[in-house]
Amino acid sequence: MKESRLHRTGRLIKKYWILYLMLLAPIAALIIFHYVPFYGILMAFQNFKPSLGVSGSQWVGFKHFETFINYPYFGRLIKNTLTLSLYALACFPMPIALAIMFNEIRSNRLKKTCQTILYLPHFVSTVVVCGMTLMFIKEEGGLINMIIEAFGGEAKEWISFPELFPLIYQSSGVWTSLGWGTILYTASLASLSQEHIEAARMDGASRMQIIRHIYIPHLKPIIIIQLILQLGGILSVGFEKAYLLQNPLNLSASSIISTYSYGVGLVGGEYSYAAAIGLFNNIISIIMVLTTNFISKKVSDERLGLI
Amino acid sequence: MLKKQRKRIELFDVVNTGLVVFITILFLYPLYFCVVASFSAPSEVMAGNTIFWFKGFNFESYKYALQQEQLWVGYRNTIIYTFLGTLYSLIMTIPTAYAMSKRDLPLRRGVMWLYLLTMYFGGGMIPTYFLIKNLGLLDNPLVMIVGTGCSAFHLIITRNYFTNSIPGDLYEAAEIDGANEWFCFSKIAMPLAKPIIAVVAVQCAVGKWNSYFNALLYIRSDEYKPLQLVLREMLITSKVSTGDVEILDPDMLAQIMERMLLAEGMQYAVIFIASAPLLIVFPFIQKYFVQGTLVGSVKG
Repeated sequence: MKESRLHRTGRLIKKYWILYLMLLAPIAALIIFHYVPFYGILMAFQNFKPSLGVSGSQWVGFKHFETFINYPYFGRLIKNTLTLSLYALACFPMPIALAIMFNEIRSNRLKKTCQTILYLPHFVSTVVVCGMTLMFIKEEGGLINMIIEAFGGEAKEWISFPELFPLIYQSSGVWTSLGWGTILYTASLASLSQEHIEAARMDGASRMQIIRHIYIPHLKPIIIIQLILQLGGILSVGFEKAYLLQNPLNLSASSIISTYSYGVGLVGGEYSYAAAIGLFNNIISIIMVLTTNFISKKVSDERLGLI
Repeated sequence: MLKKQRKRIELFDVVNTGLVVFITILFLYPLYFCVVASFSAPSEVMAGNTIFWFKGFNFESYKYALQQEQLWVGYRNTIIYTFLGTLYSLIMTIPTAYAMSKRDLPLRRGVMWLYLLTMYFGGGMIPTYFLIKNLGLLDNPLVMIVGTGCSAFHLIITRNYFTNSIPGDLYEAAEIDGANEWFCFSKIAMPLAKPIIAVVAVQCAVGKWNSYFNALLYIRSDEYKPLQLVLREMLITSKVSTGDVEILDPDMLAQIMERMLLAEGMQYAVIFIASAPLLIVFPFIQKYFVQGTLVGSVKG
């Protein structure tokens, strides 16, 4: 006889009751620390006063969203955020190229050594990376300026030039993530069948031809997924680095949505306005991620959803 | 394989290997420069004489750094936060992942969604700040340790490990012998899951060691500041005031110059002191990171 659904569920719950006990603390932590702050969505529509709380504060509808969109520098914030993302996007092919180059090195020991060294910067903290960046490009005694002067150039406080900010931001980004970014591609290349490559070689294919006609097509699915993931995050440029590299002189290029929201909210005390900016950014990010997720399903039959 | 090695070296190999070695040296150089600068006389560093090798080798910068009490307070705090925070994360992640690996667990999908949604949507900085404040965790060292503890990413890779690497027969056999779920978890699954636990632990630990955002938001007192926040003050927001130099007499000026130079050298020493532990340990635990990155990329 087939057991009824209810009966089956009851039996399973009885069987797994210890698991539910084990889930208690993690789920409580998840709900408290992640889901309770969801009331912030309400804050964005209020004039939130910490003393009154969400229940006592006055409702103002979409006022803060309007303020944000009409903020004179709204366009600049979006532009700066997009610019940093586009610089990152321009560097997207770098780890792919490097992974292929690693793959073509004959000496295994040399390859391993280079890989380990290039992985290292990934483990230097953001604060130290930004500290190093600022020290290297500062006017007096900065490494970069010493080199520029050695070639007859003029030392300048480069971080204070807004037009150079995305370049500086992205250079330090490449330094930290180039080596690390190769891992996925390297692993994928390792799974290529040697016979296939050998056969191509027999037929007289050059190394570049093998790269173009065997390696690249083999990496294509991963490349597409990675590219789509990066496109999804195009408006969610991280707060940390931009904030650390920011100074009053480069603000016209370094002020992005997240740093602005931090500034008006936690520094300036306009909590509701900052919450509205956060919500605005969050919604756009979700739309981007879901759209790209959808596209990726269409394009490559690979799902990003992981359930 | 042998045949491949005997193949003659082409121009391609020369260019390719040369390029990779060049990139490697270029990328290692900033770290090398910091080490050299930290052991050299600050005046030589400022003059650009330490680009290739030590000049005026000395430990002054380190001595000066050792005197910065805040640095050591930060160091101690970070060690504590990293250790307890990682432990907390493991306690929150491993049992949850084990439960999620049971395909027939009622409510499994619901719980899974609860975690997956965290990847897309959060309350945001301001509401979280007020939550922390209301919980009395503002400027409280506990805030550096507790939290959701389990990231969706770690949950997925650990769950996949439980599902894919531990044969279900093992549990069935144990159940027939009368073992309960706790036994299955603690005596069968946990010992077999050591590799993935190591991956998660190592990733959590590095994340905790390097993070500064939470501390920036929630920690005010010097005595609770983690290393990264102290570093930020020493490397980035530190401004040696030279605004009123004109009115000072030459002696004072020389003194100020000297202190500026010391502070300069100290910054390089501080970079070394703060980054060395991870960079030295890394080559030995490299495989855990590489595994973690690869495991994570495999879809569930």
